[in-house]
Amino acid sequence: MNINLEEIKFSKEELERYSRHLIIPEFNIEGQKKLKAARVLVIGTGGLGAPLLLYLAAAGVGTIGIVDFDVVDLSNLQRQVLFTTQDVGRPKVEAARERLSALNPFVNFEIFNLRLDSRNAMDLISQYDVIADGTDNFPTRYLVNDATVLAGKVNVFASIFRFEGQASVFNYKFPDGSRGPNYRDLFPTPPPPGLVPSCAEGGVIGVLPGILGSIQANEVIKVITGLGEPLAGRLFQFDASEFKTRIFKLTKDPDNPLTGTNPTQKELIDYEFFCNLNNHTSIAEKNGKVQEITVTQLNEWILSGKKFQLIDVREPYEFDIVNLGGTLIPKNEILNNVKALNPEVDIVIHCRSGKRSHDVIRLLHQQTNLKNLYNLKGGILAWVDEIDPTLPKY
Amino acid sequence: MITIFIPTPLRRFAAEQTQVRLHAKNVAEAVQSLTSIHPSLKPYLFDESEVIRKHVRLYLGEDDVREKQGIQTLLKEGDELSIIPAIAGGNV
Repeated sequence: MNINLEEIKFSKEELERYSRHLIIPEFNIEGQKKLKAARVLVIGTGGLGAPLLLYLAAAGVGTIGIVDFDVVDLSNLQRQVLFTTQDVGRPKVEAARERLSALNPFVNFEIFNLRLDSRNAMDLISQYDVIADGTDNFPTRYLVNDATVLAGKVNVFASIFRFEGQASVFNYKFPDGSRGPNYRDLFPTPPPPGLVPSCAEGGVIGVLPGILGSIQANEVIKVITGLGEPLAGRLFQFDASEFKTRIFKLTKDPDNPLTGTNPTQKELIDYEFFCNLNNHTSIAEKNGKVQEITVTQLNEWILSGKKFQLIDVREPYEFDIVNLGGTLIPKNEILNNVKALNPEVDIVIHCRSGKRSHDVIRLLHQQTNLKNLYNLKGGILAWVDEIDPTLPKY
Repeated sequence: MITIFIPTPLRRFAAEQTQVRLHAKNVAEAVQSLTSIHPSLKPYLFDESEVIRKHVRLYLGEDDVREKQGIQTLLKEGDELSIIPAIAGGNV
């Protein structure tokens, strides 16, 4: 923060607006001035970003940067309470700015309709005091962590999956100038891609990001004002299904490539590669190419009365939402059901987006002699988009 | 007996159990025993060299076992071991 707090003034309307802060003895007008002088960058306007942005704007953070590349989708509204039904199809950053400006016109919003990557991250992050990570994938998690460490910024972190939430304050600057642990002290490397369920298999209870995003907002405000004890050097874990909360001690890893005893990494890297996402193609190539058909071709096969098998490798609860009348064999059970696959006819395998079915075909190529397998490109989502828009997408 | 807490993302590989109680003299034995009860958990906890994966942390009480004696850390009656995997959000 380069702004002299003495120069920060409030109008009558602002004093009234923030009065519930001003009458907290430990917070008072000094805390409010620090908020107004602060610049916070919120990365991701999803489930975490929604409450985070709403509370930071309401609290009176002076400048809020908002980064997201996506547009509002109907399936976002179950948890992304920043948006309304009318916003569907609009760029998220624009819808967010409109909603948040209506909430608090005294906040200056800087929107970035882009995907954060290794080329733009340092420049963007350097312009802010505190970074709040509300992203939803491993490559961006590591990118945000590394960029905040390299730029010397505090990273207020939260992450969610189904019923599980985690939060921490990374790279916190203690009064003695030392820095707290960061994400790589906790998880040096991400899980191999095959081990993480994709978004369609994953899912999340809508309220959970609301809870974790609110915790993040609280920590951002504490970091800015210096109030209380930040969640630095600690990992908060929340199990929303059993209602269990735990706090674990986070310590520094001497092998951390950024902040360990012998740092080896001085700049940002290729995070898609780091997270091993490219391995998918190489493994696929090694095991023979996965044949694909489009939804249009599938529709032609159906209309022509061609004899083939349609296998749906999603979970039963997904099948109940929408299905194409295929035989349901969830991905994890496919090897136990190889006998159900007819080697005499073509077999079309599909899932929601085409990713799981691709993995299943790879697996079947490795473990069986089946050659007549076709992946439905784009999965059931493409079918809804191109063939039957009356079916629901999820 | 000690208790191992299974995080929600891994419960589907552990017959939806929230916790497993078992006998073990150290962390290694506890995790081995857990994966012999629920073999589907094994690839999620161990890599090909049978080493605990780097995106999974094991906590004894509130302390990372890395700060103790790693998987050789001795356990005593009533100890609580938590498995904490990295989670990233909705997308991968």
